[in-house]
Amino acid sequence: MDARRAAELAARNSYGRLVAYLVAQTRDLAAAEDALGEAFLAALNTWPDQGVPRSPEAWLLVTARRKLIDTARRSQTQERVLTTLKTTDLGWSSPPADESALGGDSVPDDRLKLLFICAHPAIDGAMHTPLMLQTVLGLNAAQIGSAFLVAPATMGQRLVRAKAKIRDAGIAFELPEAEELPVRLQAVLEAIYAVYTLGWDNGAGGDPRHQGLTDEAIWLARLCVQLMPEEPEAKGLLALMLFCEARAQARRTVAGAYVPLSEQDTALWSQALLREAERLLGQAAVVQHLGRFQLEAAIQSAHMQRADGRATDWEAIALLYAGLLRIAPTLGARVSQASAIAEAHGPAASLQALEKIPAAAVNTYQPYWALKAHLLQTLNQPAAAKDAYQRAIGLSEDAAIRAFLLARSRQLPGPPPPN
Amino acid sequence: MQYAILVYETEYDIANREQHMPAYMAYSQALGEAGVMVGGAALHPSHTATTLRLQNDQRQVQDGPYADTKEQLGGFFLIDVPDLDTALNWAARCPAASNCAVEVRPLLPNPA
Repeated sequence: MDARRAAELAARNSYGRLVAYLVAQTRDLAAAEDALGEAFLAALNTWPDQGVPRSPEAWLLVTARRKLIDTARRSQTQERVLTTLKTTDLGWSSPPADESALGGDSVPDDRLKLLFICAHPAIDGAMHTPLMLQTVLGLNAAQIGSAFLVAPATMGQRLVRAKAKIRDAGIAFELPEAEELPVRLQAVLEAIYAVYTLGWDNGAGGDPRHQGLTDEAIWLARLCVQLMPEEPEAKGLLALMLFCEARAQARRTVAGAYVPLSEQDTALWSQALLREAERLLGQAAVVQHLGRFQLEAAIQSAHMQRADGRATDWEAIALLYAGLLRIAPTLGARVSQASAIAEAHGPAASLQALEKIPAAAVNTYQPYWALKAHLLQTLNQPAAAKDAYQRAIGLSEDAAIRAFLLARSRQLPGPPPPN
Repeated sequence: MQYAILVYETEYDIANREQHMPAYMAYSQALGEAGVMVGGAALHPSHTATTLRLQNDQRQVQDGPYADTKEQLGGFFLIDVPDLDTALNWAARCPAASNCAVEVRPLLPNPA
């Protein structure tokens, strides 16, 4: 295997694991990442000449640890870190000759602690997901900034501040206590789901820099399921994302036009992903502890019954949304519930549900206006429908969805637009 | 805080402007309904531009834009929003963001 490829593979598979291991000793996320970054650079410089070590992970860890000691020596203030590093028995002393004695699996996996630190309540909620993307997956500030519509330099500063907070506030590198776990776990899962929705919204026809994000989110969720096999919500989240992922090929026509869920060709849905999602959801249900992500996954599962030739049970979907709203009353869930009510009880009932949402909350919320436009069109109120379509079109970020709504709006009777 | 959203368009988009008009009308309407619109204008294509400068007290007038690039400044929106994050969110909804590019710049505050 060539050296660059080996370094990339090690980066993909071990980045978070190595960061977690180093942070466990130093309590300094930024320093751990810097040291690991230098170790990767050293790998790229030396592996082509000296060959790829038998355990790249151990080599990187030993090299990063040495860099950390060098840095700590230079800055007198890091006395404590230096002491910790010197006294920690890593099981090997002089790299890289004996690093092969240490199998890749011997590096303890502390990534779960890392995930919990990133989503710690003392850290600004808006930074949970960016921190995760950087420390567990190794994405850089420019990649993360693009996903969040933030300038790279700004995202870099925010990440630095968040890491300084973790270090200076002395946030423990430990798993939460049992009584804290449900709330803390929810924050971790929500941060992972945010990665997925960022990638999903920009998946087709959008910014190609985001397209890998859905994969990264699924990877993180798999990690959670693997590290916390007894947690039904972790399985619920993975199931939810796999249900969505199963439809990825059906979301756009070959020409890139938007296809709404109800018009998607079920032959394009991935049967393998569907089956895996159903299996996970079934396993989660056995625990009998319902949560937000299991409910959302159950809603997706109900939407996808069509794949077996069964009619969509809209009544059931509306009920699932009612349950979801009790646990997680988000704007998205309210609008989606109204959409299910339209199918189960007709457009007038749906419009009533929509109009209960405070106007200030939906001022810039595109899905609300898209649904409202569709309902008014069905209720034969072309002027009001036209207005709602205008709002929805003006708030659309995705060019394919904008084109879809423009086409719908043009079907309305009434005077043609002035141009 | 006020920001300018500078709208850049490709040659193709400039030549087919009327095709994009409904999307831009909806966009400015959404800005207006959200209460963030301060102003804005669409510009005629850059070949209609005239550039002038005074050099050694001599007037120099030339046909065409100051910077002759393939992508052109097609217009701008002025918005008033709390922060850059919100401005970037609005910029992403501008049709040019998916067709070519938009540039977001904070406005200097009025000296008055």
